[in-house]
Amino acid sequence: MEFLHAIFVAPFVDMWTDPFFLAELILVGLSTGVMYSLVALGFVLIFKASGMFNFAQGAMVLFAALTLVGLMEKGAPVWLALIVTMGVMVALSFAVERCMLRYLVNQEGLILFMATIGLNFVLEGAGQLMWGSDVKRLDIGIPDRPMDILDGKILLNTFDVTAAVIGAILVISLAVFFQKTAMGRALRAVADDHQAALSVGIPLKTIWITVWTIAGIVALVAGIVWGSKSGVQFSLALIALKALPVLILGGFTSVPGAIIGGLIIGVGEKVAEGYWGPAFGGAIENWFAYILALAFLVFRPQGLFGEKIIERV
Amino acid sequence: MFYREAGQFKTSYQDDQAIFPILQDKVAVLALVAFAYVIPFFANEYWLQAILIQFLVFALAAIGLNLLMGYAGQVSLGTGAFMAVGGYACYKLTTNIEGMNVIVAILLSGGITAAVGILFGLPSLRIKGFYLAVATLAAQFFILWLFNKVGWFVNDNPSGTVTAPPREVFGVLVSGAQATPEARYWTCLTFLVIFAWIATNLVRGRIGRSWMAIRDMDIAAEIIGIRPLRTKLTAFAISSFYCGVAGALMVFCWLGSVETEAFDLFNVSFPVLFMIIIGGLGSIGGSILGAAFIVLMPIFLVNFPPMIGIDIATDFQKHIEEIIFGALIIFFLIVEPEGFARLWQILREKLRTWPFPY
Repeated sequence: MEFLHAIFVAPFVDMWTDPFFLAELILVGLSTGVMYSLVALGFVLIFKASGMFNFAQGAMVLFAALTLVGLMEKGAPVWLALIVTMGVMVALSFAVERCMLRYLVNQEGLILFMATIGLNFVLEGAGQLMWGSDVKRLDIGIPDRPMDILDGKILLNTFDVTAAVIGAILVISLAVFFQKTAMGRALRAVADDHQAALSVGIPLKTIWITVWTIAGIVALVAGIVWGSKSGVQFSLALIALKALPVLILGGFTSVPGAIIGGLIIGVGEKVAEGYWGPAFGGAIENWFAYILALAFLVFRPQGLFGEKIIERV
Repeated sequence: MFYREAGQFKTSYQDDQAIFPILQDKVAVLALVAFAYVIPFFANEYWLQAILIQFLVFALAAIGLNLLMGYAGQVSLGTGAFMAVGGYACYKLTTNIEGMNVIVAILLSGGITAAVGILFGLPSLRIKGFYLAVATLAAQFFILWLFNKVGWFVNDNPSGTVTAPPREVFGVLVSGAQATPEARYWTCLTFLVIFAWIATNLVRGRIGRSWMAIRDMDIAAEIIGIRPLRTKLTAFAISSFYCGVAGALMVFCWLGSVETEAFDLFNVSFPVLFMIIIGGLGSIGGSILGAAFIVLMPIFLVNFPPMIGIDIATDFQKHIEEIIFGALIIFFLIVEPEGFARLWQILREKLRTWPFPY
């Protein structure tokens, strides 16, 4: 009885009596959601362009962040370190295309997925081999102060706001790139149909390199944001696991899906942890996102914004 | 010269349906099994304890996952969780029920895991492909969280570990820390042999064929009268049964005492997935070969550099190992995406005509 009360009654009473706490949770959730979206974006970009479920995205985030921090520890100024890291990510995408993708054309999705798990191991090992595996602080000057809204009834960090702004800028620039540039159009063509794109003369290899580069840069941004928040360390690679429910919720093929999915998961997770967490003994955020995504999937098997799955016999 | 079926006439329907229709195959497999049974007489304890038992446990789990993924085509990343269910269920059964035979307990815990597998297999009726793969991660995280949080599962042991109690079969200790590695090895081996045999027969029969129909195209299968609900759920149930038995053996015969960590995504689910991909999807023998490869490779990577006189600092070594492991996986997928099973097939074709290929 008490347990049921704690699940079905008490949380809603709390929400009613203290709406500011709820608002705060929602705002915190939104800012976390933006950070999930940043990681999920990388997945979506690669899935759209090559039908590859890239499990290594999390490792790419770790790799980029480790490279950036490593360079800065060697005494490089922030701008130089950023440029060099971008260079490294471009080189990485060339290497991935040259050593892996080229040989795996036309393979089943599952084989490609396993190959990216292999890549995941390689990147994790390489990043930590080069720069060591202890926790590093990343500070590129994002302000981190508490700020008050509504006379201190809601607490927020300037850091979260900055992260949200960075995420928004990234998404807008990606949208412009996809809609307005020739390369963006080529990417969308490849996403629609590999063979048709090839037949009108779009070079598939260039497209793959471009996509992996963009995913690498998205990983770098995600690495900067996550790294400044929680330090650069191995666990950064595990945020890929946080991004997966975002992906299936939003749909594998949809950029807006990744954003909105991220926001839903972020808010849902924080609110659930805040109100229902105590009843379950805490730490429910590990699986809550998955159950939430699963519940959505039962009603929409292709995710919220995924392409409708049409099957022919 | 030695490996050809010419002259082996089948005179009855039963002969034709034998698991190994070629005499050489039958002899080779029987010899291999017999060899596996006598290994403990000349293997040292380290090999038995750390490598061979681990291999047997993972081979069983790999067969289970292969039934689900390779035959029924349902991608699952929740193997670790299902093995955990098996291990914890077996622990609860043996400690809470007086006089419970440990073999019965292991089989029962397989049954309990099958029930859990059906529960988490339900979404597969709506969700397909990678969406399903990610959805099964829900099982992985939720079940391990549950075992960590609820004290009942570990008999309110404050340290949160389950320790296999010593239990006897026919007067011989087979589980717990006091049991000899030989006894534990033979227990695991017997389970593996019996269940591999059952699996081979399952996939040749009606159930296996309906699984394959669902895998190849579920809508078409539905149209020709295969019930997707029943077929998919039996696949989840039987696969989970195998994983549950493997999990119970993992706790009782291999590790002795475990925390939920041991069934983690990266410790169990992904390695088992690698095993069946490298071994070959849709092949029982392939699962076993894949398990041998994935279990042996890290051990080889640890021991090889010192053998040829290269000394590497341990923290470096871990990362280098990771890199080589990942690179080898990619290499294998590029060279032979269909795995060891396919290599074995090619070898057999070659053997049949050797040494006169024309």
